Amino acid sequence: MRELLNDLDKAFENKVRMGIMSALYVNEYLDFSTLKNLLGVTDGNLASHLKALEKREYLVFKKEFLNRKPNTKYYATKTGKDAFKKHIGAIEKLLNNK
Amino acid sequence: MEEQYKSDLKEIKDMMNRSSRFISLNGASGISVGVIALVGAYLAYANVFKQLGELNLKPIEITRPIFSNLLLIALMTLIIAIISAVFFTTRESKKLNQDIWDIQTKRLVINLSIPLVTGGLVCLFFLLKGYIALLTPLTLIFHGLALVNASQYTLKAIRGLGILIIILGILALFFLNYGIWFWAVGFGLLHILYGLMMQFRIKS
Repeated sequence: MRELLNDLDKAFENKVRMGIMSALYVNEYLDFSTLKNLLGVTDGNLASHLKALEKREYLVFKKEFLNRKPNTKYYATKTGKDAFKKHIGAIEKLLNNK
Repeated sequence: MEEQYKSDLKEIKDMMNRSSRFISLNGASGISVGVIALVGAYLAYANVFKQLGELNLKPIEITRPIFSNLLLIALMTLIIAIISAVFFTTRESKKLNQDIWDIQTKRLVINLSIPLVTGGLVCLFFLLKGYIALLTPLTLIFHGLALVNASQYTLKAIRGLGILIIILGILALFFLNYGIWFWAVGFGLLHILYGLMMQFRIKS
């Protein structure tokens, strides 16, 4: 039981961060505006959570220009995907143990 | 705590779904495609099938007017249906604030096209060889397969529609003389019905 609780990742306790990782887990990449629309959060809010995940090396981004407008693409890293998988696995086991 | 975990899992699944599927598909596009298909079916019946008499597995001699009429009607129906579907999904995308040509759309179009183009070529082959009765069941079957294939990348309801159309196509093989009627039901009525269902579900 304690081990399972250790598998729960603090980084995903926040709803926005959990949402970002869920979306990036099943997509090769997503851009800032798509993420913003999916999650329904403000620019500043999204940016700060993206930064937090980036700090943990759970995601990386690439800046590009699309029709001369900046377009940032976010990718989940292998570390990030593994951590998220472990997190989901822990939740599922906790639910099954009950 | 348990409730919290459950809602987390649900949110994760929901987000994975919403972010990886093309969700701008809407009832209006289904209804418009269905109506166009009915017009196409009527034109094909009045201009081609009515004159052919009893249809069965034996090939008939394909004359110039039969070939060009049928191909013209089929292509016009296809092009107008695609234009109307693009029009209504683009409108919906703008409402949902989604880019129409994003990753989800590309995936959907590619996976829809593979069975559809294959079917188109197979049907063209049979048309040239005179097996005109096979065209209605085969277009139904390939269209159904295309929908089932594409349903992984868009609204799940499309899968059920695809399966129904495949069943209709297989049934049509046993009633070759009534192929155009099966075609009108599959491409016309079922699309309209599904369109209405989707429209209704979203509003309620």
